[in-house]
Amino acid sequence: MTAVQAVALIVVAVAGTAVVFTPDPSRQAIVASVFGLSLALLFFVFQAPDVALSQITVGTVALPAMILLALAKVRRRERARNDS
Amino acid sequence: MTRRGRMVLFGFGAVGLAALMAWGLAGLPSFGDFDGAYGTLLSKIAVPERQASSVVAAVTFDYRGLDTLGEEFILFAAAVGVLVLLRIQRGEEDIPAEPQHSRLPTGRSLTLRSVATALVGPVVLLGLYIVSHGHLTPGGGFQGGLVLAAGLLLAYLSGAHLRLGRARPVSAMELSEAAGAAGFALIGLGGLVFAGVFLENFLPTGTFRSLISGGTIPLANVAVGAEVMGATLLILAELLDQHLLTHGRHRR
Repeated sequence: MTAVQAVALIVVAVAGTAVVFTPDPSRQAIVASVFGLSLALLFFVFQAPDVALSQITVGTVALPAMILLALAKVRRRERARNDS
Repeated sequence: MTRRGRMVLFGFGAVGLAALMAWGLAGLPSFGDFDGAYGTLLSKIAVPERQASSVVAAVTFDYRGLDTLGEEFILFAAAVGVLVLLRIQRGEEDIPAEPQHSRLPTGRSLTLRSVATALVGPVVLLGLYIVSHGHLTPGGGFQGGLVLAAGLLLAYLSGAHLRLGRARPVSAMELSEAAGAAGFALIGLGGLVFAGVFLENFLPTGTFRSLISGGTIPLANVAVGAEVMGATLLILAELLDQHLLTHGRHRR
């Protein structure tokens, strides 16, 4: 194992733990996207560029965007319900 | 269940999981010491047989294309499920639409709008490149389709709405998703008709390292790219109450 691979593993472990310990869901989505990016780097340094490419787009863009939009939708429903 | 009960249950679960993982990790081959017969064979025969320099693409879209077909329909079913649920929900509850000013995602930030505008073209181009070069370099329909979806999401962030002439963008994306999913299945049927085996690579494989090579692999990449882009954009658009794919003039 090279030093870069070891560093990537440690970064992924730290980022994953940070996601778990982030309390607010909308902040969690942003931390999860950083975690997704670190996973992509991990896949890249372990010579899996195909997986890294999907991970960059899924983990750092699509998934956090969908989480944030779903949260916004839930909050809007709750606000609409409380108003009526 | 009491807090104590939950902790005891969690304790048993965590210890069991840790034991299983330790057992599994102990049986792994040592680091970097791959010894799989299938992988070794494929890395030898993929280029001579299919003229595809990306062996990963040759596996996912050709040798094990059936797995990818299944995955593609999982994504298709998931997207349809999300769309059906959200559309029923919108029909049942008359939630007042957001006021016009808060609909604009970038109403206040010029920086976000400029950066997003500048990135739309390069990101869409990168997506097209990744889809079309899936059989040559890392990437392919799945990755490229997501990059294309991200590019069009950037267009939304830049304050513009997606307009496709007279076509309704939502219908266009539904068509893209459905045609992509059906396209891959049709390529499989083509193998059945022309080569006698479902998903068999029935087209000439062409010259190694040229853009049109690898037989059905690039076609399958294009189909999957269209499907993934359509599915992702439809889900995002539905979550945004379709503002992402609004038809007509951009209202301020």
